[in-house]
Amino acid sequence: MISFKVSDMEKQVADLIHGMAKDIMRPIARYYDEHEHQRPTELEPFRVIMQAGGMGTGRKKKSGEKKEIKVTDDKIGANAMSITGAEELAWGDVGLMLALPGQGLGNAAISAVATDEQYERFGSKYAAMAITEPGCGSDASAVSTTAVLDGDEYVLNGEKIFVTDGDRCEVVVVWATLDKSKGRNAIKSFVVEKGTPGLTVGKLEHKCGIRASDTAVLIFQDCRIPKTNILGDPEIRPEGGFKGVMATFDATRPLVGALALGCARAAYEFTKEALAKEGIEIRYDKPLVKLSAIEKDMLWMEAQLEMMRVIIQKAAWMADNGRPNNLEASMAKAKGGKAGNLIVQKCVEILGPIGYSQRYLLEKWMRDNKVNDIYEGTQQIQMLVIARRILGYGRDMLA
Amino acid sequence: MSTFSLDEDQRQIKESMESFAADELRPISRDCDEKFEIPPEFLEKTWGLGLTANIIPEEYGGYGFNRSCLNNVIMAEALAHGDLSLSLAAMAPNLFVLPILEMGTDAQKKKYLPTFCDDKYKVGTLAIMEHSISYDPFNVQTKAVLNKDSYVLNGEKCLVPMADQAEYMLVIASTDKGAGAFIVDKNAAGMSLVEKEKNMGLNALPLYSVAFKDCKVPVENCLGGERGIDYTRLLCLSRIGLSATMVGVSQAVLDYSIKYAKERVAFGFPIATRQSIAFMLADAAIEIEGIRSMTWKAAWTADQGEAMNSELLRISYLTKTYAAEQAFKIADYGVSILGGHGLIREHNIELWFRNARAFSMLEGLAMA
Repeated sequence: MISFKVSDMEKQVADLIHGMAKDIMRPIARYYDEHEHQRPTELEPFRVIMQAGGMGTGRKKKSGEKKEIKVTDDKIGANAMSITGAEELAWGDVGLMLALPGQGLGNAAISAVATDEQYERFGSKYAAMAITEPGCGSDASAVSTTAVLDGDEYVLNGEKIFVTDGDRCEVVVVWATLDKSKGRNAIKSFVVEKGTPGLTVGKLEHKCGIRASDTAVLIFQDCRIPKTNILGDPEIRPEGGFKGVMATFDATRPLVGALALGCARAAYEFTKEALAKEGIEIRYDKPLVKLSAIEKDMLWMEAQLEMMRVIIQKAAWMADNGRPNNLEASMAKAKGGKAGNLIVQKCVEILGPIGYSQRYLLEKWMRDNKVNDIYEGTQQIQMLVIARRILGYGRDMLA
Repeated sequence: MSTFSLDEDQRQIKESMESFAADELRPISRDCDEKFEIPPEFLEKTWGLGLTANIIPEEYGGYGFNRSCLNNVIMAEALAHGDLSLSLAAMAPNLFVLPILEMGTDAQKKKYLPTFCDDKYKVGTLAIMEHSISYDPFNVQTKAVLNKDSYVLNGEKCLVPMADQAEYMLVIASTDKGAGAFIVDKNAAGMSLVEKEKNMGLNALPLYSVAFKDCKVPVENCLGGERGIDYTRLLCLSRIGLSATMVGVSQAVLDYSIKYAKERVAFGFPIATRQSIAFMLADAAIEIEGIRSMTWKAAWTADQGEAMNSELLRISYLTKTYAAEQAFKIADYGVSILGGHGLIREHNIELWFRNARAFSMLEGLAMA
């Protein structure tokens, strides 16, 4: 069925989170922008709400055996609820949203691929994800951190950068290679608990935006972890190992799109209210020649917001209904990141000194939102993924 | 939360219309554009699909299938993928029939609908646009003045599809109570065809400028009778229908461009292996995905009726303007990807490029 109905339950959850974003996040947003690396303690109430709302990365069924994926039509699942929540939270504040306890990207990876035994141990821990290295970003297959099996332990060596929640997390999911000569299929992910000897937190980055979220350097030096901490298949297989690792992104990319949507919507609403105070209304029933330049900008932005929302919703709907959504997830991320930034940046431009001043949050939103077009695969990487999909090309044909 | 799966009816509509478009529209598309005409056999064949009779209730002689805006946009997209002008011609009778179904009085339904359930092809049309840069669909310059038991129409319309063949024309005119729609018979005195228009594109579709000079229309021909019509809704239904055709044309451009880019070799490799080309294709794919879903959302909103009426104007305005912008951008990409070949009339891209330019200014040439 094609439907855009907002259910009562969904509305309630959205309203609840919106209220908290407004009442808890907005008042402290500027403070944590100015006090980088300070941990926002006010966010604890969100932990309960997120779990109750079925959001975040809660996992529905136990794994172990192969999960049977059933294709359905009209299921409203965890992905749909997550993007609804993410939009509202990002409307409150993107940086604080990223600082929510227990909502790390590592949690998404753990719930996607952990065995029951692993989920028991790590499922409730605040989990960061360490992929990027000084020498590799988008090209995750170039990971050079190594994991060497030694008896019952893996020994990790290497340096990770841009680890969101790297300082505050309880465990970190680390991408490392079992054998650099075997390429992308030798890359596996490992859960490392904080406090494990050989793991140290290096510097915390000073950033343009999302300052409420800590971004850390992690150094692994002969860091020994139990053999049982490897996520997924421990063998290097010629087929498909790396794709499995990348599949986590099919769930998280629409979510990042939703973050951009939430932030852009906040900027749009702020701008619309500011214009209304000056007596400038937005009309939907005037021909082009009668519209002012500002109205045209506002209408253009509003259309972009609508477009972002449906494309993100579709990617989430596919994930909830057992349909492969690699293409649509990248579309949601590419469009969300691109349009979100165009909107926020345009709002700053339209409002002139009001847009630029730190008296208001708009200037901060522009700084905060830029990263939504970068992490989880830059817009340009998404374009590559999309182009390969629609052309039926592999990496050998289009890089 | 939103769901995006077609139901059984919609799947059938999509499949049958897609194959009809591929078999019957696409092959004659270029020829019709060159000749500025549509072969009558095409219209007869299209009539056989029952696009109009299907949605007319049985009591008026139709087949009484489920009518919904969503089903209509799925049909319109599939047909427009074949050819825009021909799809608009195929759906032209609905420009008249849908407003009668939606907003007509019982007497009007009884009088006009059975005509369109015949075996013989019938045209109905809608005259909404006017030849002016400040054309405002909410404030048209054509006037209807009540004089005793008839309205007197004065003004000039343009871009009226198939006005030469239309049994009936629905004419949008301003009254002292706002916009109204008036059913004008083909033989009405005071109505005349000014010219068969030549535009940049849409060549195959016969478009006419039509003048009304003291054209008398009986009061019972005012759509909706005394209570009149929800004109905003009428306009929205048209915008949604047009948006669907924009999706179809954009998809046609993308399909053609992908095929071309994979075949065309430059510097030893297919041009699709170059990011400058591949990223245009990717951008087009993203936007098509988006405008299709936006069109569905607008159609779904219209299908909710009264309950969502306050939202309808906003969503269909945004969808139509956004889809028009994207559709033309995508057609422009198509030409760029084909390079010089994109401007040669052997390739349909050239035709789609001219046709897609129409979208941003069009109102009322399709109805969902």
